[in-house]
Amino acid sequence: MDVQAKIKETVSANRVVLFMKGSPKFPQCKFSNVATQILDACGAKFVAIDVLQDMDIREGIKQYANWPTIPQLYVDGEFIGGADIMRSMYQSGELQTLLAKA
Amino acid sequence: MELRDEIIARLQPLQPLQLDIQDDSALHRGHAGNNGGGHFELTVKSSLFSGKSQIMRHRMVYQYLQDLMPHRIHALSINALSADESSV
Repeated sequence: MDVQAKIKETVSANRVVLFMKGSPKFPQCKFSNVATQILDACGAKFVAIDVLQDMDIREGIKQYANWPTIPQLYVDGEFIGGADIMRSMYQSGELQTLLAKA
Repeated sequence: MELRDEIIARLQPLQPLQLDIQDDSALHRGHAGNNGGGHFELTVKSSLFSGKSQIMRHRMVYQYLQDLMPHRIHALSINALSADESSV
């Protein structure tokens, strides 16, 4: 399976997916750290993919969303944004609403 | 050209009504995974952002800066405002 198909499968099979650098316990970048803290604050269950473990995904995810940076949040298969967008959506309450919808 | 000035010059097509660049590079010099690129926090206000989602606005900013990442810009935080919005 090529990497784009693999990413599509991952974001389709899991409701909330965060592509990040490092793991939620040991994030390797401040933006990935912020992203996991926001999801935790929302009480969201999410699947974390550490892009540092897979160069193909690390590059492939940038093409997948047409977005040059990591972290990237996906909900219901849809690209939501990076850390800045997550933060502003969290502050407005929009993210909590999105994550609460089953 | 200083990186900061280059960022300002490159974002001119967005016709920024406001453009603030906070350079936090000194705070992050030499941390793990940093290749020497700068850390910047950008606030851009543009009437071109009106009616566009945050994703679209970020993409508009990235298109002018993407080739500087990750080598010269290691970390970039973007706050993109339309003309009638103010900073949070």
